[in-house]
Amino acid sequence: MATKEAKAPATLDLETRLHMYRTQVALRQFETRAYDLFLENYVKGTSHLSIGQEAIAAGVAEAMRPTDWTFATYRGHAHTLARGVPMTPVFAELMGRANGLMAGKGGSMHLTSVEHGVMGSYAIIGAHLPIACGAAWSAQYRGTDQVAVCFFGDGTTNIGAFHEALNFAVIWSLPVVFWCENNLWMEYTRTSEVTAVVNPAADRASAYGLESIIVDGNDADAVYQVACDAVELARAGGGPSLIEAKTYRHGGHSRADPGKYRPDEEIAEWMQRDPLPLYRTRLLEAGVAEEELAAIDESVRLEVELATEEAKAGPIPGEDLLLKDVWADGGAAWRN
Amino acid sequence: MAQLTYREAIARGIAQEMRRDPSVVMLGEDVGAAGGVFKGTVGLLEEFGDVRVRDTPISEQAILGAAMGAAMTGLRPIAEIMFADFFAVCWDIVANEIAKSRYMTNGQLSFPLVIRSGNGGGLRFGAQHSQAVENWAMMIPGLKVVVPANALDVVGLMAASVRDNDPVIFLEAKGLYATKMEVPDGEIVDTLGSAKVVRKGTNATIVALGMMVPRALQAAEELAANGIDCTVVDVRSLVPLDTATILSEVSATGRLFTVEENPRLCGWGGELASIVAEELFYDLDGPIVRITTPHIPLPAADVLEDLAIPSVERIVTTVHKSMNS
Repeated sequence: MATKEAKAPATLDLETRLHMYRTQVALRQFETRAYDLFLENYVKGTSHLSIGQEAIAAGVAEAMRPTDWTFATYRGHAHTLARGVPMTPVFAELMGRANGLMAGKGGSMHLTSVEHGVMGSYAIIGAHLPIACGAAWSAQYRGTDQVAVCFFGDGTTNIGAFHEALNFAVIWSLPVVFWCENNLWMEYTRTSEVTAVVNPAADRASAYGLESIIVDGNDADAVYQVACDAVELARAGGGPSLIEAKTYRHGGHSRADPGKYRPDEEIAEWMQRDPLPLYRTRLLEAGVAEEELAAIDESVRLEVELATEEAKAGPIPGEDLLLKDVWADGGAAWRN
Repeated sequence: MAQLTYREAIARGIAQEMRRDPSVVMLGEDVGAAGGVFKGTVGLLEEFGDVRVRDTPISEQAILGAAMGAAMTGLRPIAEIMFADFFAVCWDIVANEIAKSRYMTNGQLSFPLVIRSGNGGGLRFGAQHSQAVENWAMMIPGLKVVVPANALDVVGLMAASVRDNDPVIFLEAKGLYATKMEVPDGEIVDTLGSAKVVRKGTNATIVALGMMVPRALQAAEELAANGIDCTVVDVRSLVPLDTATILSEVSATGRLFTVEENPRLCGWGGELASIVAEELFYDLDGPIVRITTPHIPLPAADVLEDLAIPSVERIVTTVHKSMNS
């Protein structure tokens, strides 16, 4: 099997790497704060955090142009923020405030910011793979050079929509990148126990005539380079790619899940591969000053503090929102 | 002015809109080279080419997902789901994704798309290729639902559906594909959410949809010969629902009969009965009566299928009995 190993990051410029560092720190601090806000009951409902998986969101977003499109899952905070969506409306959306990204009408699992190319977070497994195909088809038809990037988990590779979308994207040669975040656990079940192949996405690639691509999802540099290749292939008319990034979520599946089904030694092994300290060390070794990284950490901390307060201060949604925007005319009337 | 079949009217309506607007594209199984399994898209590939008229694999989720993704990024796709029963394999895309995403995103996304589908019975195809599913679509917030009953309405409502900025489920009555009528030349654009009074009477109002409309009209003629003069209303669009026309016509006669091809439970007539009971109770001279397919999967044998779907005879008998009781 041909797999792409993490390449040496020699071709990456320092500015790009510092930006990816900042993105990862921001995602980690945002998600950590989001968890605290649950415990404080500011955030109701459910939420699915990306702690441990930040390198993927940071690396892929770095490889995209502002006009490209992201399609995310219910574990979508990181992918939304990585495209440049400010923290305040995302925190506010989690808290159900009117200054939320969707004024509180979507919630944690449906973050969308069209102006940032975040074309939705989808909470039914697999649904957004065909939808990303449609956006890619639109770009192809209209002759723009936009690319759709579609993130999903390992569990998605066992649902029908995954296979329909892969076949469809290949036969129409669509500019779409399918990006599997394999965090080893399909909700509370080990993915390998319910999947016919070892690498749930990569081992299926050959069924659609695609190259089998595996990348270390905890290495932002490696992610960035694989993403650049796939995005530019799609942009150049080379059709879709399917990429499997190996990673690990540090917490449970969702807010309600402490993740205790996972062996301690497995968690310990993956904590050794935590993308943030790894990347920080790499930058220090590359000659970046500790003070510079500490300044980034501190600026993110201040950003999170400010955004938290702004979100908390946001107004409660008014009743006028309830019957708004079912239809394109802005209303909800189904009869005259 | 030309004689046009219901099936020819589909291609006519789509072609009219594709000529006008290059963002209108079409996709589905066998819609291109084959011209559609019901021959509803004959000639479109030849006129508009395979970039705009695209054959797809048997992948209903991919078809509707692609339509959704295209609609939210600037196109106006017309997707075909060959038989309406097949909505069951892509209902997530319809009911969870297309229908909800405008609301969930606080209006950030729009879905100007049309999903066409051959709906209902009459062709002896059996239970998995014959069900009338208009009530499935009607009960989902965020979907518009259109069911034309003749070739002229097919053209005009197709145009209105394509031009609408919301997702429209466009259900074609399979039993009417071969029916013909005179359709004027030139551009035809109708209005969604407008019912049509197709016969004026004084004793009772029969409200029908799709394939039930010509049956209700014929039943009304037979009832008239027996001294019961009926108004017949063609609903045409379940969402938006033209309650103003329906309430006005029921008020005028004091009686409401619905004729529905969908199975009994939660059929569209139930909602209509509820509206009339709430808003017109004191104008009614007798009970509201629903004439529907029984709550069964549709049988294949011609005799059994004919017994299941409301027939002219059943409409006549039911109205006659109720009016004389």
